[in-house]
Amino acid sequence: MATTTATSRATLGTSAVRPDGLPKVQGRFAFASDVWADNMLWGATLRSPHPHARIRSIDVSGALAINGVSVVITADDVPGQLTYGLITSDQPVFARDVVRYAGEPVAAVAADHPETARRALDAIRVDYEVLSALLDAEQAIDGSFAAIHPDGNVIRNQRVIRGDQSFVGDIIVEGSYELGMQDQAFLGLEAALALPDEDGAGVELFVATQWLHEDQKQIAACLDMPLERVRITLGGVGGAFGGREDISLQVHCCLLALVTRRPIKMQYGREESFFGHIHRHPARIVMHHHADRDGTLRRVEARAVFDGGAYASTSSAVLINAVTHMQGPYRCDIATVDGYVVRTNNPPCGAMRGFGVVQACFAHESQMDKLAIACGLSPVDIRLKNAMRTGDRLITGQIVESVAPVERCIRETAALPMPAPLLDEPDALDLPGGSGLTARRSNIRRGVGWGVSIKNLMYSEGFDDYATARCRLADGVITLQFATAEVGQGFVVLAQQIARTVLGIDTVLLEPISTAIGSAGSTSASRQTWMSGGAVDGACRLVREQLFAHVGATHDVDPLRLVIEATDVVDTMGTLRVAVADAARGLVLDETFEHHHRATEELDENGQGNCHVAFAFVAHRAVVDVDPDLGLVKVVQIATAQDVGRVLNPLAALGQVEGGIAQGLGLAVMEEIVLVNGKMRNPSFTDYLLPTALDAPDVVVTMIEEPEPQAPLGAKGIGEPPCISVTPAIVAAIRDATGKALTRVPVRPQDIVFGD
Amino acid sequence: MTVINATTVDQVVSALREYPQARLVQGGTDVMVEVNLNRARVHDVISLRRVNELRRWHVDEESGTLRIGAGVPYAEMERAPLCLHVPALGEAARTVGAPQIRATGSLGGNLGTCSPAGDGLPVLSALDAIVHLRSADDARDVVVHDFMLGVKQNAKRADEVIVAITVPLLVGFQGYAKVGMRNAMVISAASACLVHDADNGNVRLAFGAVAPTIVRARAAEVWLAERVSLRNSMSLDGAIAREFGQLAAKECAPIDDHRSTADYRRHAVAVLAERLLLRAAEKQGRDE
Ligand SMILES: Cc1cc2nc3c(=O)[nH]c(=O)nc-3n(C[C@H](O)[C@H](O)[C@H](O)COP(=O)(O)OP(=O)(O)OC[C@H]3O[C@@H](n4cnc5c(N)ncnc54)[C@H](O)[C@@H]3O)c2cc1C
Repeated sequence: MATTTATSRATLGTSAVRPDGLPKVQGRFAFASDVWADNMLWGATLRSPHPHARIRSIDVSGALAINGVSVVITADDVPGQLTYGLITSDQPVFARDVVRYAGEPVAAVAADHPETARRALDAIRVDYEVLSALLDAEQAIDGSFAAIHPDGNVIRNQRVIRGDQSFVGDIIVEGSYELGMQDQAFLGLEAALALPDEDGAGVELFVATQWLHEDQKQIAACLDMPLERVRITLGGVGGAFGGREDISLQVHCCLLALVTRRPIKMQYGREESFFGHIHRHPARIVMHHHADRDGTLRRVEARAVFDGGAYASTSSAVLINAVTHMQGPYRCDIATVDGYVVRTNNPPCGAMRGFGVVQACFAHESQMDKLAIACGLSPVDIRLKNAMRTGDRLITGQIVESVAPVERCIRETAALPMPAPLLDEPDALDLPGGSGLTARRSNIRRGVGWGVSIKNLMYSEGFDDYATARCRLADGVITLQFATAEVGQGFVVLAQQIARTVLGIDTVLLEPISTAIGSAGSTSASRQTWMSGGAVDGACRLVREQLFAHVGATHDVDPLRLVIEATDVVDTMGTLRVAVADAARGLVLDETFEHHHRATEELDENGQGNCHVAFAFVAHRAVVDVDPDLGLVKVVQIATAQDVGRVLNPLAALGQVEGGIAQGLGLAVMEEIVLVNGKMRNPSFTDYLLPTALDAPDVVVTMIEEPEPQAPLGAKGIGEPPCISVTPAIVAAIRDATGKALTRVPVRPQDIVFGD
Repeated sequence: MTVINATTVDQVVSALREYPQARLVQGGTDVMVEVNLNRARVHDVISLRRVNELRRWHVDEESGTLRIGAGVPYAEMERAPLCLHVPALGEAARTVGAPQIRATGSLGGNLGTCSPAGDGLPVLSALDAIVHLRSADDARDVVVHDFMLGVKQNAKRADEVIVAITVPLLVGFQGYAKVGMRNAMVISAASACLVHDADNGNVRLAFGAVAPTIVRARAAEVWLAERVSLRNSMSLDGAIAREFGQLAAKECAPIDDHRSTADYRRHAVAVLAERLLLRAAEKQGRDE
């Protein structure tokens, strides 16, 4: 890892430059796919073409006959547990008797060249008996389809029942909403290099992942090895967004390395990546909102069905997030929510930025707009009227103890400037249709829409997702060690900023990110600034205590009177001032700290319980231009005020906000994996469309800084909120411009042209 | 695998004779995708990049035509001076891929691939372009309508190279409009090119991505010519433009796929044809 020696002090609150920033923009950064070893072989994966089939036989002889092919492995070669999984171990390393989704791994080969490996895959003969596929989530619920997995077709069913179940509001609005399957579409593809130990009893893996220790646990179980024999170092990661939480090529790569006793490199291409990782759950949510005539929200009813695809992944946790956030950032005393996440023969779904809340938010925000119309209020007023505050209860009964500046988020968003009106002769590139030159000014209508959201931070339901960090001070230099996956979010610079601030030393080195230290938990759930930030802060404080003890002893001052001021140790009650560099001379201080968040509980059968740690809030206002005749959209501007607790690095924070908005925009108007009979029709960037610079809106931002008392640095996680309520805001703006109902995302041109 | 770096068309055609299986590569923006997705096993390659003749274009004032080399990149077509001669081609070129693709992709490649979504092709169709082909044995000119045969099928023989395309220089509006599922860098879901030949008094309309190959809306062209005087001036009302679009849309045969639906495509080309015709009338109005 690179070293930074700061000239001006790159402490907390500054836009300190990331140590990996320059190498990345200069093309010098080593991503996992750039890692190489002498004498290595290439691994490749054979995948099922069918969504549901019985495997009658696998004949690998043709592959083995090819010059340069070292080995072919199948389920029979897995020495340990045959399955893996983040919550339940239900996903086979290789399908043995039956394949449950199109793209499921069946075998892997190792060969001297990627092209040889590819030919070997072609030469493997798998005899499939194609079975009818379970593709409709409702059929998984109603029991009309035989179980496609020993664990059954319902992964989880959870109700949230609260308050007077016979209550009927003066005003009731209802709606049925649907979300398509979104992909994380990280740019750095899955890649790993596995190096077998000489004795064959262990393996070292360089891999792009989100959570090294969870990988280690699952890999070790499948390899039937003690944990410590599986050593993982983070390869350079080019984005994750939830798509690297699950095992993809890890076990295959290690297994090939152990069988061949050679280093194995595996990397997916873009097409295979779509099959190799999980996606965002498609969902259908039917809602009824009950309110008083004045717009006071009284009762929320919802039935949510999430399609989990073939394997469980994190589905059950995604569902819990959805059902417990179903009322949105609003006070509501009565709830009747029923949520299902089911197993089908569609591709597996799991974690993606927003984790279940994205789906709930699209539904509840669409409902709030309907309620506003029914009550004669504006979209802003209905939300202000019901805005949640600190101390309010969620529909789970949990009291929101977090800072909850929902009203401020809405008001400050509303105060941000609107975009200039369209010019009489606008640049055609700025209109819907962009470079296609489809529209003129006169074809365009402008609309405005709102979305507000609440998102839990960290893991829930009793899970102790602690983080570990180590701080070593020697020769006036700090070295930090942690296993926090740097997936692009910038923890590497934040860790340096924390150490500089706490210890007054500017040279902060980073050890490789690896399993050589305890777990940091996953880089997900908006949690690493809080959790790993808390761990680095704690480790640095322990070192500082020892430094103060040493200075106190040397100068005969009570260490409790000492503080760090910039780069000096200062006696707050006397005249002593020594540079930290001088005070630390000759010292070696080394401390490790684990940060745990407060305990949470499981939900009871009625969905009641303090299951979440903390919450963050955000408001979005979208301004869009629409060409209603062609159904084309240009998102002109997103205004947002986000509850961040405290800004630790303004540039990094802005990056999260702008990036999240682009991802939420993608879900609103273009990003969808199209499935026909369980098969992906668009596994490529030609047809899975991500927003381009011409699609990205202007973003105007206010960061709301009300430090969170529970958070070690006062800062809330900021990664997920930007992508959650921006989607319903954009859709609301399109509705405003067109008058169409638009109950499904992504909104397609034909939905605007032909929809009701 | 043999790679031939030709520098003249003569070298290309004799190499084609020697290596009948060889694949011609200009920008490689279609070929390399095929290779990467394992849709093509390329054995021998004849690279056209260094064949300067293919990178030239010139205007022949006498015949009122522009001859554009098969290897001229889109980046050049979208800019002046070339885009001033054939504005619709400039607009179509601007919609192709990203700047990296436009820096190297060519009309020769667009014709070579002959996808119904190729953005250069509706323009060539509306302009009644001539495709110039060469082989070691002969040279022939094929009108573009006869060149494009179907989905990724064309009339080029394996021993032939496309050397250039000739299009007329016309007085009057011409424009290209393309509907994609995002605002840039997207494959066409439906597109239209409309050319008003004011001197000869006709309007020509071609559609992309709504049939196995490019469609010329000939019935609608005739219908319009019967109703509206198109020589020099063009005056029409909105109702005519709308009906023109709807008639023209009947001449295409779109499909449902993962990019769009047949109904939407039919609707979209009607809207595009209507809007392009209105733009043509508007320009005529301005010029007078
Ligand atoms: C990211 C991306 C985006 C794209 N976007 C678009 C788009 O928006 N619109 C669009 O129309 N296309 C698009 N394309 C496709 C491609 O860029 C175009 O079809 C382009 O015109 C191909 O030109 P080329 O010179 O690169 O062709 P090449 O790939 O070099 O060749 C294509 C085919 O034509 C043959 N060929 C090439 N030159 C000749 C010749 N002189 N004589 C005979 N045969 C020849 C080749 O043998 C090959 O079969 C895109 C491609 C990519 C990779």
